Amino acid sequence: MVGFKKWDKAKTLAVFLLPSLIGMTVFVILPILASLGLSFTKWDLIGDIEWVGLSNYVKVLKDKNIHAALWHTLQFITGYLPTVMIISLGLAMLLNQKLRGVVFFRALYFIPVITSWVAVSMIWKWLLNPEFGIINYLLSLVGIQGPGWLFDADWAMIGIILTSVWKDIGFVTVIYLAGLQEIPDHLYEAAQIDGVNAWQKFRHITWPMLSSTTFFVVTISLINSFQVFDQVWVMTEGGPAGATSVMIEQVYRNAFGYYKMGYASAISWVLFICIFVFTFLQNRFQNKWGYSDE
Amino acid sequence: MSNEKRNNAIKKGLMYAVLILGAIAMILPFVWMVSTSLKSSSVTFVMPPKWIPENPSLDSYKQVFETVPMGRFFLNSVFVSVVSTFFQVLVCAMAGYAFARIEFKGRNVLFMVYLATLMVPQQVTLTPLFVLMNLLGWANTYKALILPGIFSAFGTFLMRQFFLGIPKSIEEAAFLDGAGYVTIFFRIIVHLAKPVFATLFIFAFMASWNNFLWPLIIIGDVDHMTLPLGLSMLKGRWTTDWNVLMAGTLVSILPMLFVYIFTQKYIIKGMTHTGLK
Repeated sequence: MVGFKKWDKAKTLAVFLLPSLIGMTVFVILPILASLGLSFTKWDLIGDIEWVGLSNYVKVLKDKNIHAALWHTLQFITGYLPTVMIISLGLAMLLNQKLRGVVFFRALYFIPVITSWVAVSMIWKWLLNPEFGIINYLLSLVGIQGPGWLFDADWAMIGIILTSVWKDIGFVTVIYLAGLQEIPDHLYEAAQIDGVNAWQKFRHITWPMLSSTTFFVVTISLINSFQVFDQVWVMTEGGPAGATSVMIEQVYRNAFGYYKMGYASAISWVLFICIFVFTFLQNRFQNKWGYSDE
Repeated sequence: MSNEKRNNAIKKGLMYAVLILGAIAMILPFVWMVSTSLKSSSVTFVMPPKWIPENPSLDSYKQVFETVPMGRFFLNSVFVSVVSTFFQVLVCAMAGYAFARIEFKGRNVLFMVYLATLMVPQQVTLTPLFVLMNLLGWANTYKALILPGIFSAFGTFLMRQFFLGIPKSIEEAAFLDGAGYVTIFFRIIVHLAKPVFATLFIFAFMASWNNFLWPLIIIGDVDHMTLPLGLSMLKGRWTTDWNVLMAGTLVSILPMLFVYIFTQKYIIKGMTHTGLK
């Protein structure tokens, strides 16, 4: 009887867990391990796999293209993250004012979020066209000569940042709005009685109460930003003259352009380490500031 | 009193002004896309730009469908997204249920392994997956587009957390009636889990629908291309014909927009709760 029960349980477990376990092993866990293994080898997909130890990593550290890609990725993050956070927090605070039509505005701001990166990048590539794009036209109306945007090494990354901010505002706004709605009204009522002004309310109630939301937004955005690729690939392919080359683009080029499988894997692991270190540091800082309840 | 009222009205007006300005900034690019797509290529490059085309025509759309099989891309996208999303929800739900309810040796260790994979960005697995697909002879197949997208540690985690929140007493009653786990899962749990199913479904669907990097790597054959990949191919053919490119972009956006109009409440809710995109 007991033996039968055990067998029964094993069968049940197999039905529930085995599909996931097999899939996770084949398509996630083994590829992660294989990628780590490959990063210590030299392989062009056709010839023999050659063990090269740490030399790929040494090369990554010396590779000027990788330095540039990492630098551009950091540029992207520094431009993108604060901008999207400030605009979204502002919009979320407006949407939280219990005005009429909030649901409508929220739904509208969200449309770019559900649009694919490829489509968004196509639209913005056209908007940012230096001669015939609508953005430079609007700038010319107020007497500003617009830059060459994606064709100008100094402005291409800014164009990509603008595009990304525009696409993600709706997402971050909705997250902040959810955070704002969790703040109990009585905190503001008490402040009202004490005659506190709007800025002080923001500084001493809203912002601290939002710290776990901010933490969440920063974490998710950092992880996603380090992996920025789609918009770069569609808008500039890393150009002009490599000015918008980013980390994933380097992985892609090395693996599927030059068939350097080992080297590409090593780059992706260096990127993983970057993400890990940044997330870790952010976690530490968050704890130090002490507002977080996580 | 009336002074305060007036101040409030002004404040409200200002807030609406900002909200409307934001809305315009969000919508204008789409309007410009539609406008461009209705122009002929000679009028595309006219300054100052005309928001409403003088002789609107659908020629660009005709050109899109003549250059690339947009209908095929669309069907591919629908097929791949629906199938991979359906199986992702099912597989994650069943595994999540096992992790939440069935006790077995090594459960916690295995679950930790699942969670650990979440820390590694997906792009790390691109090269080995590419090699694996080629070894299996799956390059340029639907299998390659669908299968790797099904298995998600995040989805399993999401489901497990939800199932942990369901009181055990509901299942215990069914156990006493002699029902097994499978019966309980498909008869009772599935119904309770509808909201979390919807959340994961939306996420998985959008991720699959918008996926670009993986199809770019594994699909070279036009017949198997999904919309984002097909769109980027259109870009290669019509580099400067923005009327055609905008028509193609619009066609690629429409289905998702249509779905969004009917499900926006759930999508926004689901996004806020799980915080993924």
